[in-house]
Amino acid sequence: MGLALISVALMIGLGALGTAIGFAILGGKLLDGIARQPELGATLMGRMFLIAGLLDAVPMIGVGIAMYILFVVAPTLA
Amino acid sequence: MVYAPPVDTYCIEQTIKHFKSWVKFMAAEGEVITSSDYILHHLQNMTYGRLPIKDVDGNVTGTVWKFAETYEEAANMGFMAIHVDSMLWSIGLGAIFCFFFWRVAKKASSGVPSGFVNFAEMVVEFVDNTTKDTFFHKSRLVAPMALTIFVWVFLMNLMDLVAVDWIPMLAAKISGNPNLFFKIVPTTDPNVALGIAVAVFFLMVVYSIINKGLLGYAKELTCHPFEPSFKGIGIVFAPLLMVINLTLETVALFAKPFSLGLRLFGNMYAGEIIFILIALMYGAGLLLGTFAGVLQWAWAVFHVLIITLQAFVFMILSIVYMDMAFQVAEEH
Repeated sequence: MGLALISVALMIGLGALGTAIGFAILGGKLLDGIARQPELGATLMGRMFLIAGLLDAVPMIGVGIAMYILFVVAPTLA
Repeated sequence: MVYAPPVDTYCIEQTIKHFKSWVKFMAAEGEVITSSDYILHHLQNMTYGRLPIKDVDGNVTGTVWKFAETYEEAANMGFMAIHVDSMLWSIGLGAIFCFFFWRVAKKASSGVPSGFVNFAEMVVEFVDNTTKDTFFHKSRLVAPMALTIFVWVFLMNLMDLVAVDWIPMLAAKISGNPNLFFKIVPTTDPNVALGIAVAVFFLMVVYSIINKGLLGYAKELTCHPFEPSFKGIGIVFAPLLMVINLTLETVALFAKPFSLGLRLFGNMYAGEIIFILIALMYGAGLLLGTFAGVLQWAWAVFHVLIITLQAFVFMILSIVYMDMAFQVAEEH
């Protein structure tokens, strides 16, 4: 069960790390784009949310699997 | 084991009364509901399937069709068991969506709309504009498909905002079974999310074959990204290149429905688990209960964004995949 908990921590932590860096780069590019062309502000923000939804996918899959291991698998191992 | 829900936070007397009656109930039973029992109970779907009956030696003596009453029974039913609550809620919400939009369609006129007709026209216009921006071919299927996916997935996700215990408590009271498993968010069931994704994938493959022809589709799968040459000495390497291309393209092809469905499932499952975890705090006294109420509100506000965003992303990706299916490559 100890290994299961460590694996949950690794899944959530590494997923969060990658997503955080990705969102930061995405947000920075959004600010660059709006600074360059302010009239496209709303469009660029809409596109940013779209890409944010796509970026969320893999870490969320990891979090879903980690939650499953944490609450359904780990108690049976204990 | 009898399941008893924790308190709700309508008012202070209600909270204290429920807590006291819950504790008395538990003491009378002589059992303790642990927090992982509560969580597991809320993560289990109402499963109807064929359960193998085992005698004391572990030999299978027969099978019986029933609703699963414990987690082990649900697991032993195997793959071919139906999650009745997911089916009820997904089909029910789809029927509600169809009914309301059908009524709007009957009332639609060229005048200025008001009320629900106005709202429905806003939604349809939004989906129409999104489709026009993303799908550059002619089809009568894609925009209605996009509208269906968006509104249906949004409605199913919206059930996550209802407090975790209320509807399952109501269902348990109505059915008389205090241990009833009842999940109200169909998209937290991986079957539902992957089912919609597989349907979109099926449409994508069928329309690819219709638009490109079976040979054209096969050519697209085997000749990208490394073009094998069929003239001269290069023909020796053509089969190898085609196998490599096919492998890469198959992986990319199957990654699409998997990522589409699992993205929706993962987001909704994680959100629901956090709702359940915060709801655990309600049974821990008044101070923590109030704090849990504030936390639930804050997470629910954030979750509204996630719900809408995930439905939107599902719709956009479905339109993009259909656009890729309609693209006929020009000959160089």
